[in-house]
Amino acid sequence: MRLERRAAMAALLAGRGDDLLVVPGLGSTAWDAAAAGDNDRNFYLWGAMGGAAMIGLGLALAQPERRVAVITGDGEMLMGLGALATIGIQQPRNLAVIVFDNGVYGETGMQPSHTQSGVDLIGVARACGIETCVDVQDEDALADLARGLRNLRATLFARVQISTDEPPRVLPERDGVALKSRFRAAIGIKP
Amino acid sequence: MSAQTGDWPDRLFETLKKGDIRQVGYVPDAGHARLIDRCRADRDIRDVALTTEEEGVALAAGAWLGGERAALLMQSSGLGNCINMLSLARTCRFPLLMFITMRGEWEEFNPWQVPMGSIVDPVLKLCEAEVYRVNAPGEVAGAAERAVQHVFGDERIAAVILSQQLIGKKVWTK
Repeated sequence: MRLERRAAMAALLAGRGDDLLVVPGLGSTAWDAAAAGDNDRNFYLWGAMGGAAMIGLGLALAQPERRVAVITGDGEMLMGLGALATIGIQQPRNLAVIVFDNGVYGETGMQPSHTQSGVDLIGVARACGIETCVDVQDEDALADLARGLRNLRATLFARVQISTDEPPRVLPERDGVALKSRFRAAIGIKP
Repeated sequence: MSAQTGDWPDRLFETLKKGDIRQVGYVPDAGHARLIDRCRADRDIRDVALTTEEEGVALAAGAWLGGERAALLMQSSGLGNCINMLSLARTCRFPLLMFITMRGEWEEFNPWQVPMGSIVDPVLKLCEAEVYRVNAPGEVAGAAERAVQHVFGDERIAAVILSQQLIGKKVWTK
């Protein structure tokens, strides 16, 4: 029984705290994060496919006292697999890359992704040198991941196995300049 | 090489330091070798080796979200790897400072470098980047300073093009 995506996102972001910065990847994970409650400390991606993890890396390096969670889909992660190698040699203690893996490209008509045919993102992350890798398949493991995110002390990679359900879209702000500016203001950066 | 002509990478490094650049993303390139070494040796610069240049566009965006300035070093062929990711900088007005060493334009031995090298300038202009081309060592620091000001003063994209004439042709016989 795979997890339901909206419930999984809500569980990860519940009581998130002001020090958690979230980069939801292009597509359904952005709608999931918006559905969990809009927040100035979310930088939703409406494009830049394959870039979510690297945005998280730049942010984590710039903000070492805050936690950064990249929450993206399997298709988005597959487009930027090299980022896991890059993150693997940087290892910021405050970065979590969490992939909602349903094995399909939900936004484009449910075509199968590579993960459905055996490509193992946990194996890739581990082979890139990320030691803390967790495979989340049930509610207990999800609760453990939420705890791990609250007490983040080393680069973390997680695969959350979600079902292919497609809940109604909840669309966040899509003006990129507005998203950027409100994010920076929320963490106290002068314009 | 004289101290004046051969040390332009050091002038470039000094400009990065003066501009408070804290993250430098790069795909290794012979033309940038000296600058990469300087960045790696600096305690206040985080050097981030990339697997492909487009990672650097996203890295720089993340850095700016977190209040830091980044720069991206690449060879001309790497610009082609960045094109869709440049949408991120354009749509959100993220500052993006690129230093591009040229191949395929002057005494190039390898014809495979020519197709991308020959379209660097128009591609940059189509992507709304300001282009500062440098052909002589004495122009490097000034161009880099103008690019830093343009990029971070107004959240824009700029590329300093380090021409093949400046870098010197690649030696193929050892």
